[in-house]
Amino acid sequence: MTDPKSTDVVDSLSTDAVNPAVGDDIEDVTGTGGRPAIIADATTGHGTVPVQTRNERFASVDVADFPAVTGREAVWKLTPVADLQQLIEGDLDGGRYQADTAVDGGAEVSWVGRDDERIGTAGIPEDRAAANAWSSFDEAMLIRLTSEEGGSVTVRRSELGDAPRAAHTIVDVARFARGVVVLDNAGPAHLAENVEIRVADGADVTVVSVQDWADGAKHVANHFAQVGRDARLKHVVVSLGGDVVRVNPSVTLAGAGADGELLGVYFADAGQHLESQVFLFHQGDHTKGRVEYRGALQGAGAHTVWVGDVLIGPDATGTDSYEQNRNLVLSDGTRADSIPNLEIETGDIAGAGHASATGRFDDEQLFYLQARGIPEDQARRLVVRGFLSSIVQKIGVPELEQRLQDAIEAELAGARS
Amino acid sequence: MSTLAIRDLHVSIETEQGTKPILRGVDLTISTGETPAVMGPNGSGKSTLAYTIAGHPRYTVDSGSITLDGEDVLAMSVDERARAGLFLAMQYPVEIPGVTVSNFLRTAKTAIDGQAPAIRGWVKDVRGAMGDLRMDQAFAERNVNEGFSGGEKKRHEILQLELLKPRFAVLDETDSGLDVDALKIVSEGVNRAKSETDLGVLLITHYTRILRYIKPDFVHVFVNGRVAEEGGPELADRLEDEGYDRFLTAEATV
Repeated sequence: MTDPKSTDVVDSLSTDAVNPAVGDDIEDVTGTGGRPAIIADATTGHGTVPVQTRNERFASVDVADFPAVTGREAVWKLTPVADLQQLIEGDLDGGRYQADTAVDGGAEVSWVGRDDERIGTAGIPEDRAAANAWSSFDEAMLIRLTSEEGGSVTVRRSELGDAPRAAHTIVDVARFARGVVVLDNAGPAHLAENVEIRVADGADVTVVSVQDWADGAKHVANHFAQVGRDARLKHVVVSLGGDVVRVNPSVTLAGAGADGELLGVYFADAGQHLESQVFLFHQGDHTKGRVEYRGALQGAGAHTVWVGDVLIGPDATGTDSYEQNRNLVLSDGTRADSIPNLEIETGDIAGAGHASATGRFDDEQLFYLQARGIPEDQARRLVVRGFLSSIVQKIGVPELEQRLQDAIEAELAGARS
Repeated sequence: MSTLAIRDLHVSIETEQGTKPILRGVDLTISTGETPAVMGPNGSGKSTLAYTIAGHPRYTVDSGSITLDGEDVLAMSVDERARAGLFLAMQYPVEIPGVTVSNFLRTAKTAIDGQAPAIRGWVKDVRGAMGDLRMDQAFAERNVNEGFSGGEKKRHEILQLELLKPRFAVLDETDSGLDVDALKIVSEGVNRAKSETDLGVLLITHYTRILRYIKPDFVHVFVNGRVAEEGGPELADRLEDEGYDRFLTAEATV
């Protein structure tokens, strides 16, 4: 099912072009760039086609800096923007919201003002919905992991309601601290939010965002992470429920030896749009990155989008990187977009590769299971569950794994009726 | 006593070049407790016979019959055949990512028996069977065939054979790719199943090596999709000495 290929050249810049209207302003306003724009060979002869290195996109915390979204922009063209107008353009309630938090071990949860010095240190918005959320929030939820002995925080949001809302969350992991943060989302929501994840040197954290929203929910989230020297981030996006869910993690492996494991699992039913645009930036040397997203699609109009950008910067020597996306199509009338992009700016890497595969059932797997007496419908469920479980198994939080297995089971059962 | 009877079986597959006949009239009968061997050169149709008995959709039965105690096996789905007591130990077992061996075995056992096995006895049975096959207990928590070595895959097939307790097992080149130690372990497993459950074993092999450890009572030599010669175990010895050349030459001159 896979078609992995490795490359040590600019592999694909695809359509990740900056909005031409703001292209001239990049040098002035971007907070993530700093180097002159590198124009890839692929653009030679194309003249006006704007192509840029992935970390040089326009970025701003002010929604007014972004032009109106038309749906033709590279970052929006696969998204049903008409359904997200309120989050992209409208007024958002940025006040505190109701959340149930469970804190264990070396961890704390509090609210901080917009002037908190941590805000904006992990990344800043690259699209208008993220900037709208940033411009709108009044207070940020601060989640701190403080102990080498480990700690855990679960934030359950299930009563956000239908009114358009902005949120800002900071996950701050102290030097050498360890732990798990679960953002556990359910119920109705109409939410645009940013999550900043700061992983200090030597720290080790797992951050899981579960989107098990009610039908009708709309959610756009950008997660920005900075991972320090010899630190480790396991980041997991689980999207199961909600009408339009777009969770875009953007992770910078900043320090030498930093390790990023970016996992995702999603199950789109009829009419659902589930999206993740993933960006992994190898900035430091000897960093290791693994990106693996898996999804299943079932029912008319089920649509999933995965865009995986990996950038290995000029200083990221000795880097080891691999990204892959796999989709299992369970019925007609679905659409899975899967776009891996890999840019490499140094010749001295340990390895880099990507893979994307979207397919129907593997009949040989079905045959094997049926040849052991397992009826076909049960065998199919076993294969799908297994396909998605291979991500869930990697989360490393047993209670959550079990709950997600059950949720996937319910998706499979519900989709059958 | 049960009997699996194959009568004048013609089987073809669809290829890009069109329909290709593979089996051209196979007759073979096996009863529980018996261990016939099917031997033959590459491309003679041995594996096609194995997969046709199991019901793989790639193979089309053009004519003939397979019956189990008179019941029409060809009318059964793949899983119905397994539940009727047929088992295929595959040459190339398939990986099932995310499905653990322990979950898979329990699901299969439940399907075959029509009810879930009693937990304590089942766990003990699985442990015992794994121990007999020199499989580490950690094996149970690995995903089915994922990252297994060739020898591990074959042991896992025989583990299923011992736990699911079919009436008839087709071993499709179970010996291929095994070193002598693994071959002995796997053969012991098959012999245990034979002695404990009166299993009938259709032993499909290219080489005579496995016949040193699992004694056949008949040998059928397959050439070009049909049985070219039949005999007792001594026929295997003769093949060991002479190879398949005389059959291939005979076919070529027809």
